[in-house]
Amino acid sequence: MGEVIVVTSGKGGVGKTTTTANIGAGLASLGKKVVLVDADIGLRNLDVVLGLENRIVYDIVDVTSGNCRLRQALIKDKRLEGLHLLPAAQTKDKTAVSPDQMRTLCAELKKDFDHIIIDCPAGIEQGFRNAIAGADKAIVVTTPEVSAVRDADRIIGLLEAAELRNPTLIVNRIRPKMVRQGDMMSIDDIIDILAVDLIGIIPEDEMIVITTNRGEPVVLDLNSRSGQAYRNINRRILGEDVPLMSLEEDGFFKRFRKIIGLS
Amino acid sequence: MLEFITRLFSRNGGSKDIAKERLRLVLVHDRTSISPQLLETLKNEMIQVISKYMEIDESALEVNLDSSGNTVALVANIPVKGMKRAAGA
Repeated sequence: MGEVIVVTSGKGGVGKTTTTANIGAGLASLGKKVVLVDADIGLRNLDVVLGLENRIVYDIVDVTSGNCRLRQALIKDKRLEGLHLLPAAQTKDKTAVSPDQMRTLCAELKKDFDHIIIDCPAGIEQGFRNAIAGADKAIVVTTPEVSAVRDADRIIGLLEAAELRNPTLIVNRIRPKMVRQGDMMSIDDIIDILAVDLIGIIPEDEMIVITTNRGEPVVLDLNSRSGQAYRNINRRILGEDVPLMSLEEDGFFKRFRKIIGLS
Repeated sequence: MLEFITRLFSRNGGSKDIAKERLRLVLVHDRTSISPQLLETLKNEMIQVISKYMEIDESALEVNLDSSGNTVALVANIPVKGMKRAAGA
């Protein structure tokens, strides 16, 4: 019996789709059977982030409206054994799926997969209600900005009202240097405000742009910092206790101490 | 090195403290779903009630929501100019 996790944020552009893709690809690379569900109907994007845009035949609305069987709509990734995508419909709107249909769909997917990861649309309307309907757990993505943290707080309230208690938090796009200078809220600042458990932090990384351009999730790039951050998150999802990655670069003092032999 | 110098010369805190404070205040309102209009109405009704008993300085009256930790408090600062004679009767 699998587990359904919804990735949500409230605000758009904070990294929900990138996070969904990297959790999915990462768990699949660890040998799990994973399906990613794009619930952002009308604004389909998970397919391009995963590089699967040319293989779509049927979509989620075809499944829920009975145009095709669930098996026919699932796209199997050729690079990663165990990774599957159920794409969103592009020509429909958010009302094309109902919360009940989502619950039925999730129950069906749970029979065949270890992990079902749902990419939630931005906003708090019908699309959000649909995306969270069948979920067992929620991951909230935010960035260290006032607007994103405010929206995360609102989403956490709505998740709890929908009985999705204790969502975990990912703080994305951290710029360690700005945090040290006191010009960006730190992880502690954000946790202090939102009062939820942290499941991971992701430093700002150009490799995200490069890998997304190619349609290959960064989690598979063993040299990137953001890839490492996603690998840590995936191990935590599987129940491992992994320490947070250090955001310290070799700054002036550290280099200086090294030179004089203090560390 | 530049980072060290900028840090040295900006001891009074970076912009993140401003962000945190603004966020703290805006979330107090978001979480309690009390709008500024509602607070204004509350303030006016409080003035009416208190004015029955005391002479207050309406222009200096402040009513705000404040949070410390996980609790929210309604904090009112009401300067009293004098007691009304009928108050004790």
